[in-house]
Amino acid sequence: MATAAPILAVRNLTTAFRVDDKWTTVVKGISFEIGQRETVAIVGESGSGKSVTALSIMGLLPAANSRATGEILLEGRDLLKLPENQTRHVRGNLISMIFQEPMTSLNPVLTLGFQIAEALIYHRGLVRAQAEAETLRILERVRIPSAASRLHEYPHRLSGGMRQRVMIAMALACKPKLLIADEPTTALDVTIQAEILELIKLLQDEEGMSVAFITHDMGVVAEIADRTVVMLNGNAVEQEPTAELFARPREPYTRALLAAVPRLGSMKGRPAPQRFAIVDPVTGATEIVPDTASTAALTERPVLEVAHLVTRFDIRSGVLSRVSARVHAVEDISFSLHAGETLALVGESGCGKSTTGRSILRLVEPDSGTVLFEGQDVRALDRAGLRRARQRMQMIFQDPFASLNPRKTVGGAIAEPMIVHGLLSRADARDRVSELLRKVGLPPDMASRFPHEFSGGQRQRLCIARALALAPKLLVADEAVSALDVSIKAQVINLMMDLQADMGLAYLFISHDIAVVERVSHRVAVMYLGEIVEIGPRAAIMENPQHPYTKRLMAAVPVPEAGRRRLRRGLSTTEIPSPVHEANYVPAPRLYREIGPGHVVQAFDA
Amino acid sequence: MNAAGSSEGALRTAAPSPFAYFASATLKAFNTNKTSWIGLVVFLIVVVAAILAPVLAPFDPNDQNILEKLRAPTLEHWLGTDSFGRDTLSRLVFGARISLIIGVVSTLAAMVIGTAIGMLAGWHGGRLDTVTMQAMDVLLAFPSLILGLILVAMLGPSMVNIIIAIALTSIPPFARIARAPTIAVKEREFVDAGRALGYSDTRLLVVHILPNILPEILVMGSLWLANAIRTEASLAFVGLGVKPPTATWGGMIREGFENILDSYWLALVPGVAILFVIFALNLLGDGLRDAIDPKLKGET
Amino acid sequence: MTTFLIRRLAFAWVTLFAVLTLVFVLVRIVPGDPAQLILGDQASREAIDALRQRLGLDLPLSKQYTVFLLGALRGDWGVSMVSGQPVIREVLRVLPWTIELTLVSLVIGILLGVPAGVYAAIHRNRFVDYAVRISSLLGLSFPPFVSAIILLLVFAIALPWFPVISARSGSVMAWYQSITLPAISLGLISAAYVTRVTRSAMLEVLSEDYVRTARAKGVPWNVVIWRHALRNALIPIITVVGLYLGILIGNSVLTEIVFSRPGLGKLLIGALNQRDYPMLQGMMVIYTLIVVLVNLLTDLAYGFVDPRVKLK
Repeated sequence: MATAAPILAVRNLTTAFRVDDKWTTVVKGISFEIGQRETVAIVGESGSGKSVTALSIMGLLPAANSRATGEILLEGRDLLKLPENQTRHVRGNLISMIFQEPMTSLNPVLTLGFQIAEALIYHRGLVRAQAEAETLRILERVRIPSAASRLHEYPHRLSGGMRQRVMIAMALACKPKLLIADEPTTALDVTIQAEILELIKLLQDEEGMSVAFITHDMGVVAEIADRTVVMLNGNAVEQEPTAELFARPREPYTRALLAAVPRLGSMKGRPAPQRFAIVDPVTGATEIVPDTASTAALTERPVLEVAHLVTRFDIRSGVLSRVSARVHAVEDISFSLHAGETLALVGESGCGKSTTGRSILRLVEPDSGTVLFEGQDVRALDRAGLRRARQRMQMIFQDPFASLNPRKTVGGAIAEPMIVHGLLSRADARDRVSELLRKVGLPPDMASRFPHEFSGGQRQRLCIARALALAPKLLVADEAVSALDVSIKAQVINLMMDLQADMGLAYLFISHDIAVVERVSHRVAVMYLGEIVEIGPRAAIMENPQHPYTKRLMAAVPVPEAGRRRLRRGLSTTEIPSPVHEANYVPAPRLYREIGPGHVVQAFDA
Repeated sequence: MNAAGSSEGALRTAAPSPFAYFASATLKAFNTNKTSWIGLVVFLIVVVAAILAPVLAPFDPNDQNILEKLRAPTLEHWLGTDSFGRDTLSRLVFGARISLIIGVVSTLAAMVIGTAIGMLAGWHGGRLDTVTMQAMDVLLAFPSLILGLILVAMLGPSMVNIIIAIALTSIPPFARIARAPTIAVKEREFVDAGRALGYSDTRLLVVHILPNILPEILVMGSLWLANAIRTEASLAFVGLGVKPPTATWGGMIREGFENILDSYWLALVPGVAILFVIFALNLLGDGLRDAIDPKLKGET
Repeated sequence: MTTFLIRRLAFAWVTLFAVLTLVFVLVRIVPGDPAQLILGDQASREAIDALRQRLGLDLPLSKQYTVFLLGALRGDWGVSMVSGQPVIREVLRVLPWTIELTLVSLVIGILLGVPAGVYAAIHRNRFVDYAVRISSLLGLSFPPFVSAIILLLVFAIALPWFPVISARSGSVMAWYQSITLPAISLGLISAAYVTRVTRSAMLEVLSEDYVRTARAKGVPWNVVIWRHALRNALIPIITVVGLYLGILIGNSVLTEIVFSRPGLGKLLIGALNQRDYPMLQGMMVIYTLIVVLVNLLTDLAYGFVDPRVKLK
């Protein structure tokens, strides 16, 4: 699709930042072009310099402590040579940008209408009334329902997906030649992500603009990009048409990246979860993955049995702070989990999957239902009993840094639970810490370091080591790999599988990432608005989803295979209903239907 | 810029123990912010002068000599004499003791009590938090100087009572300061992880949360020490200080103010002394806060 | 918004009762018998009893409490023991002086402090920023009576531009003459506070994503500063200004004494020195009312600036 004269040509761009009087080069002389109507993905892991590249093009880097050299040619004009008062006429006019965090990217004290109209006022010289009329038209184009009434509203009334639509409206107000989208869907749920991607594609066709799409997600790349630039440590290591890149990755790094990405549907016909084949990012050597035998002890009594669990949160409002409504975070859910088995809880943000995990450990108190752990009723335990029970059920969290006390050595952090519970003396604990560190693949002499000296993946290994210190039977992993870069993610997942095989751990694997879930789990439960709408063996759920929500969820997952760019899905503008109900609301009893061995679906209106 | 860059907060780049962290932050503050050095040096000079007052003072601060009254600065009396003929320099050095003792003791008391209140309220949340913090807000909104004046007037102007009054009025800010980071730290996952690992509330509060909020509390302590010294001087200025003839800076200004038309230095000298000490402490605390507060560091 | 207002009004009432109760307790935890303290050791039994009766101290505590509360709310604050005048009349006589002084100082503080803070924030780590930071730090280090004395020495004694005693009579010129020095002495300290909070609030807001959005839209820099950033920075600024009014009222006591200016401060110190209990109680009531009113105004200002407040 690229034509002779590119819209944007970046030549030998080098960007450096000054930190404490030292210059660090973050982007190291990269060059690429974006043709008319072309979509180019810039893909890379954190620290690869992809966002800095975008900000350099936009001229949004802080002037005081950064410098960009090279050439950024917009239709032949070098943006780096323009004086500041002229770059302003480029931004929002010829090149627009949307950002990762729609929740914080809109000004909370200005109306939506005004924030969109502003670009028109400054670039098109429209007066307020004209700008407002035009704004209304743009809002309708980004498919915001009842646009007219939104003009005078403030951002806090909108959901993340709607806010991102407003951001897009703002970016497109002046019909730019180029749209830079910096991880625009990363903070959004997968069904919302699908809608936003669809919208960007649609508007690109309508406006005939070019798009630079910055992302870490190979699935999104396959879905949207004509051409792809792979970045690593500030260098563009490979750029190819997307189909070519996926079919024949040249660079070892690209191969490693692609190998580490789970592909939804790739597990067809495999009964047990499977490790990732790790490709060495330097040599390109591929590890051979043996077929894993199933570790689940399905014939024994389950480690964890949850029945009719309900957790609700009060919302107080009004003059007297009465309970006016409740969030039905977890609503009447039941499941069981065997030793050596992984049950995945999947769903989108706010569906109650995290609250379920926390309720089981009683980090939040459930309202009703039973939680039997090794046959013992967790909800009936007193404080001491609960503390004892928690030795055998542990939790790991999404943010491995936030889960470690920054002021304790990692050795101290791992030893602390054993000492607190009186399991080991301080001296014995040291040996045990070395053993645990080895077990999670870290050298034992790292015990005296502090958390900030470790990388994200290593920190998550530390959290796992600490959780294992008490020799648990059940591990609740709450989005435990979601914050990690893809290649690191694959390694940590492999570690978790090894440990499961080794120690017969039961995992409650809470995740929004369905492709990862397909890879790791024996069984899957799909949560929606606090309820389990479908539960069953992984193959049954993935290959034969029954509930409309499960189907919608599966369809929304981008698949990292270039040949599989999907047909237009048609844009829905429905907002997800909320799990908040009036204080006196009593949920109707749900009916469930077993449609296959262990595959249970909530009754729904067809 | 990228996730690994400057967005990581102070807690993330923090060093080990709170005191080591505080010390390293202090050093950092001194390295980047030379004015912190000035603050520390000036304050230490005042502390040393106060400790060595009996050695340094050329005269007994309470020795009256009516024949020598209201003298302008001379070689014998470097800073002149007051209306009772007492040596101003000697009274100034001894006055520093009163200011420092009252300031330090009342600030320490307020720091300990306020931090405990704030941490407990923040940790427990709910009704307890709401009620405690609304009470603190009421106290915080009430002019603390006036509250201090009334307390001292009611209790009687003695050193202990002045300390009590100043400490009471300084509790609310410490409670506020301790509460916010307690809530922030409480919501960090390592506290949840700790609960999941079976740690008790006390252990989490004392071993895990306190060290993380201590640097901030210590910084506020240096700023509130300045405030306590100012309040003590204000009380003495309106006649509610430690009883005369004990030398206090506020009291000296009060006495000097009566002779402002002819012996202006009597009010000016202790006034400038107070200003210096407070300014020094503020320079110190401000530099430390810059070193510790992640939000004010790093541009983007 | 209505719910928010009703809640804040309710909170104001709670505050009022809480502080009034505190005042009641404070006056009664004094060691010794107030009547004895007032009249001194030499007073006769009869004189003391008579005074106890006059002050209502012979009634049971619960009765004293209701009498005090109802009186406080009705404006019946008793009679000054020194002047024999109703307390409320004495307080209302000098109240305008104090309000005038605090408001003029606050206006000086905001007019100087907000622009200085914004300017320092956008020139971060440049010379102006350091200059603003150091001078504002010096400003807020001033005990108010020291700044007052220095101004008095320079502009009323060394240079006789202003009167030594700031009590006006009649004309606009006299008003200007009497308010200038006291208001500058308090206003500069206020400006120092406002500057610092504005600077740090602006620095925080300027690093927000929505400021980057505004720049990405091509909005001119000065519009980004004054419309996008300052509007948001106003929220913490209002909080601090609201709290600072309390400090300012406290500081005005000292300024009034230095400039021999009538006002609540002089009345308060007089009452403290004379142990005029009814007067003291009345003064605490008026301070409480002021504080509660300031809190309410601050809340209203939030509602005005921050659209999210309406939700709460």
